[in-house]
Amino acid sequence: MFYRLSGVHHTRYEDTRRLWPIPTDRRLVAVLFLLALSAPLWLSELYLQNYLLPWLIWSAATLSLTLLMGVAGQLHFGYAAVMAIGAYSAIHLVRLGVPFELAFIGAGLVAAVIGCLFGAAALRVKGLYLVMATLAMQYLVDWVIVNVPAISGGAHATLQAPEARVLFFSFADGFTRYYFAFFWAVFMTVFLLNTKRTSFGRALVAIRDKDYAASVIGVSPFKYKLLAFFTSSFFGGMSGAVLAFCFYRAVTPEQFGFNVSTQLVAMVLVGGLGSVIGAYLGAAFVLLTPMILSNGIAALSDAGWLSVSANLLAHLPLMIYGALIIGFLLAEPLGLAKIYDNMRNYFLVWPFKHSRR
Amino acid sequence: MDFLFLAELFVNGLSTGLMYSLVALGITLIYKASGVPNLAQGAMVMLSGYLVWAVVSLLSWPLWLAIALAVVGMFLFGLATERWLLRRMVGQPVIMIVMLTLGLDIFLRGFVPGLLGAAPKRLDLGIGLAPIIVADVFVNRAYLVGAIGAMVLIAAAMLFFRTRLGTKLRAVSDDHVASWAVGISVERAIGISWGIAGVAAVGAGTVWGSVQGVDWTLSALLFPAIAVVILGGIDSLLGVFVGGLVVGVLGSVIPGYLDPIVGGGTRDVVTSVLIVLTILFRPYGMFGREDIERV
Repeated sequence: MFYRLSGVHHTRYEDTRRLWPIPTDRRLVAVLFLLALSAPLWLSELYLQNYLLPWLIWSAATLSLTLLMGVAGQLHFGYAAVMAIGAYSAIHLVRLGVPFELAFIGAGLVAAVIGCLFGAAALRVKGLYLVMATLAMQYLVDWVIVNVPAISGGAHATLQAPEARVLFFSFADGFTRYYFAFFWAVFMTVFLLNTKRTSFGRALVAIRDKDYAASVIGVSPFKYKLLAFFTSSFFGGMSGAVLAFCFYRAVTPEQFGFNVSTQLVAMVLVGGLGSVIGAYLGAAFVLLTPMILSNGIAALSDAGWLSVSANLLAHLPLMIYGALIIGFLLAEPLGLAKIYDNMRNYFLVWPFKHSRR
Repeated sequence: MDFLFLAELFVNGLSTGLMYSLVALGITLIYKASGVPNLAQGAMVMLSGYLVWAVVSLLSWPLWLAIALAVVGMFLFGLATERWLLRRMVGQPVIMIVMLTLGLDIFLRGFVPGLLGAAPKRLDLGIGLAPIIVADVFVNRAYLVGAIGAMVLIAAAMLFFRTRLGTKLRAVSDDHVASWAVGISVERAIGISWGIAGVAAVGAGTVWGSVQGVDWTLSALLFPAIAVVILGGIDSLLGVFVGGLVVGVLGSVIPGYLDPIVGGGTRDVVTSVLIVLTILFRPYGMFGREDIERV
């Protein structure tokens, strides 16, 4: 009914290979694209800059982590460090007078090269040990950033993002910031959707499912694990640069600490491992729910309906965030993407439920 | 003089290391029985520190009673965590389980200080502040007590694995299906291992709480504890003991000389480097059992 399948006949191979074979899906994507494109027209400045913009950037970062964790199956608990490397490199390159477009790519390259060091551990171990190794490297990168004044600008210093322009548009303008982040998210989405269909993506999936088995059929785990870390860190670093220039405008090492890494992993898992729409849903859920719920409870407490101490109120977001992770893993381990998929499958044949394939 | 400085760092490193072992003990116990890496152990240490403090300060009951109550409480907490959270995750990929325990860690870090107050609290064990001086080396009395407590608990854990129940736990850690086949309740064994990890957390929480005060930073002990289990081998009790000593000594001696040069904070770096090097050169640690994987 809603996702009408009748009349969808594939007469050419090109048709069957389309990203969205069902017309309703295509229309849905087009509507969402246009809505996001026209967001500055119908959304107030406050919501645009404080909710939509960070959501898009975090979604893009989650997408690049999804490539590593969901598609290639390599666990990474130090992704915030990779983003930090990208953010700091971009800022320093622009400060040195490099045009932003080049600095943007340079940030990705620096992050990718250092990110490959994380991958060196992946060549030897996997699973739990990979989690521990990446976690340890997160602490190392943090320490280097904090303790080398040339990078952080001194201990406990904030580093201002310098004035920069991308394709003649200045970042001082809110519209530029929004549209740059938006097109970055669109690019990451298209990239990930298509990567899954290339030989590279299929090799990564083979590594994820069983690396020994993959090497038996001629997929080199050495090469593809490193490539997975390289690609993912490249885009992670660029997302970090977008975050620094479009949202934070001034970076401190605390913005890329270990808890941010956990938050990114939580976004991937709550959204659904390896799913593109899951990255958007997961980022929105992890970012917004603790905020909305604790604001709601604060409002109730202000109205006098609920007596909550200020101390408890301050700790509420953390509690809600932890409870959300636990709840999601127990209730729906496949994440929000699976819930969306169930709904879509239901409406695919609604109201003729009996005809389900 | 320089030698004295080294000796002092070394001795204090030994006792700190044994106290790290106390935190790591819980992780090893749970991993041994069920193969679950418990990243919530730091938060459990914090929870038990808060429990002991709450009974002593809020109810003003004697310390021994507070510790006994905390032991019972944390044993039940461990049982409940296994029953309601971890048992439902059996068969899920390791990332889900890691994330679940991290979620529990985050939740407890919000819940416990939110309920009982975030400001650091003093937990007095009745140990004097004056250092013990042995051959001109200053030894911190509180750390020494902690180290002795750690050694007692690790020895108790080793002896426990020789009892009837402990033998069952060892069987379960060897092979779940085979233990099932000979009539051992695998679920109960894993539950008990969580309970004992809770009891170990009480030991760690009391000792660390008396040294650095009770607040959320107790949960940050997870990081050195991870270094201890990775270095010693995540499923080895002997590894916890030796790994703790190594992490403690290196984490005390190296920062002792480097901190004045680079400006502090090298302890976390030593811990991180230890983890990374162990995983790169000997992933299963000093005494850990190597898994053999088949296609």
